[in-house]
Amino acid sequence: MTDKLGRREMQSAVLVAVVTFLIVLLGILTRGRLLGLESLQSIAFQLPLLGILTLAQITPMLTGGIDLSVIATANLCGVVAAIGMTRSGFSVPLAMLFGLSFVLLFAVLKGVLIAWVNVPAIIATLGLMIFIRGVSLVLTRGYVIAGFPDSFLFLGNGTILGIPMPFVIFFICAFSLYLLLTRTRFGTYVYLLGSNPTATLFAGVDNALVLFKTYFLSSFLSGVAGLVMISRFNAAQADYGESYLLLTVLACVLGGVDPAGGFGRLPGVVVSIVVLQVVATGFNLLGLSSHLASALWGLILLGVIAVNRMIGGVEV
Amino acid sequence: MLQRIAGKTETYLAGVVVALSVVLFLLNPKFLTAENLFDVLRNNSFLGIVALGELVVLISGGIDVSFTAIATVAQYVMGVIITRYMVESVFLAFLIPIPIGIALGAFNAFLVNRTRVHPVIITISNLNVFYGLLMVISKGKWIYGFPAPFRDFARLKVLTLVSEKGVDYGLSIFTVVWFLIAFATWVILKYLPIGRKVYALGGNSEAARRAGFNIFRIQLFVYCYIGLLAGLAGFVHAELNQMIQPNAIVGRELDVLAAAILGGASVFGGAGSPLGVVLGVLFIAFIKNGLILVRASAYWHQVIMGLIIVLAATLSAYQQNLEQKRRGRT
Repeated sequence: MTDKLGRREMQSAVLVAVVTFLIVLLGILTRGRLLGLESLQSIAFQLPLLGILTLAQITPMLTGGIDLSVIATANLCGVVAAIGMTRSGFSVPLAMLFGLSFVLLFAVLKGVLIAWVNVPAIIATLGLMIFIRGVSLVLTRGYVIAGFPDSFLFLGNGTILGIPMPFVIFFICAFSLYLLLTRTRFGTYVYLLGSNPTATLFAGVDNALVLFKTYFLSSFLSGVAGLVMISRFNAAQADYGESYLLLTVLACVLGGVDPAGGFGRLPGVVVSIVVLQVVATGFNLLGLSSHLASALWGLILLGVIAVNRMIGGVEV
Repeated sequence: MLQRIAGKTETYLAGVVVALSVVLFLLNPKFLTAENLFDVLRNNSFLGIVALGELVVLISGGIDVSFTAIATVAQYVMGVIITRYMVESVFLAFLIPIPIGIALGAFNAFLVNRTRVHPVIITISNLNVFYGLLMVISKGKWIYGFPAPFRDFARLKVLTLVSEKGVDYGLSIFTVVWFLIAFATWVILKYLPIGRKVYALGGNSEAARRAGFNIFRIQLFVYCYIGLLAGLAGFVHAELNQMIQPNAIVGRELDVLAAAILGGASVFGGAGSPLGVVLGVLFIAFIKNGLILVRASAYWHQVIMGLIIVLAATLSAYQQNLEQKRRGRT
């Protein structure tokens, strides 16, 4: 067990080394522009979107599950809030609340299916992903809903003391999730459930309730990401950001979350989100294709896996 | 025991497909015309072929989401070669995507075996790598203007009928290919030693290891098999559309998974059959076609599809819960 922990320390070290290497390399290639105030600000504006969506993915993966519906949920929340703001004339806070509570209705369905009906998470969230995206499509008829009040746009584009608002929201979400996972009973149960559900059940934990809360939390964070997203784009649509879905899984695993559940820490995932965004921004500054960035993301992940394998020698 | 449950899933699914057909026929009699059915079968042959590959991977306890990228890379390379060198032989062109698919599948198998990381992660990475590099190299350009034999081949029919309006229609060659592959997959899984090993690995990997199976060889087989079918499906897709768009296939990973899972393949491995997967594809295809025939607004399609997947998953989970309770009692 201590051996396993030691190995995981090494893995974090590898990840940090990769980040440092990439930042230095891209820093040199862009002649320092990558680390200039302007690009740091642009990173701080762009990172939170993938960041919050990835936060939504962490807890399900820690339990050994997965949530394929994060992007669909984010878009639905955005669409409902947008309708509230533009067509129904709701005030901004009310519209946001409207969007969030709407997706939480679906979160209840998702949680019940996975926790009590025992539908495997990958299938339940796959079906709900298609269903939820369908609901957004019905609501928008495939069109873009645009034009929000300035007070709402502040959420995605404003700054507080020079720090971009999306980053502040990301920080608050990440920190709260960190506390939730490390300092609460729920957090302990999530890790226990992920490493051995049978033992956890026999220890007197209500596994189903833990799972329900897990997927409810995931939907809530997705909803927050959706609000940030539509504010940043000043528009809402049924199918924004779909390429982010597999990326959230990738970010979790790159950050050390074991897809079989039970292991992985939030700071590692935050580091891996930084890696993905730095690569994207650096490539953008260099005028390289975003597809090259996504190919590189894949290669980085495979590289990290290979190195960990060499260090560990044991099954990952 | 396992076979009995699998048998149940297929009977049950076949019943649902038949019931669905009757309902759709009552709503719009056009549904059960040979012309419409042939069209549906032809248009879904891409989905049908790759779903069979996914089935084999799922049975082994693995999963592959990179096949869309493999199909795209394979068809793109073929497209570049046949348009640049004006290859007139369809057969020669057909031979290009297959080895590409197998090679990329072997790469997946190698990584899955050596890293021991969950295949979903390996194949997500490779999806990004294969597709990202293709887009960089191809700059996302579309390919069209295939040599004439390719257009003729796409119209090839095994059985030709003439409609009342005097238009030819019939059973497309691609539908036949799809069904032949389903049959071949069934033979491999049921009668060849490698097929039994695939079930054994998915059913209990530790037992398979202890029984002395060469795990790498089985993994190599399953990932190369889906690679091969992805390459072939890439060819079919290019033929059906008569052009190649690099972004046409990637993103449909979950459609294929849904078809395989609906057809009784388990994400935990060890269960599923080609017949079930063909029925799963037909089920999805009929619903999509039916929604068009009854003129349901396109926006509702995904709502209904999603609900159906959730419902099917709920029923099968419910069935399993009952089964477990029954086993617990005896």
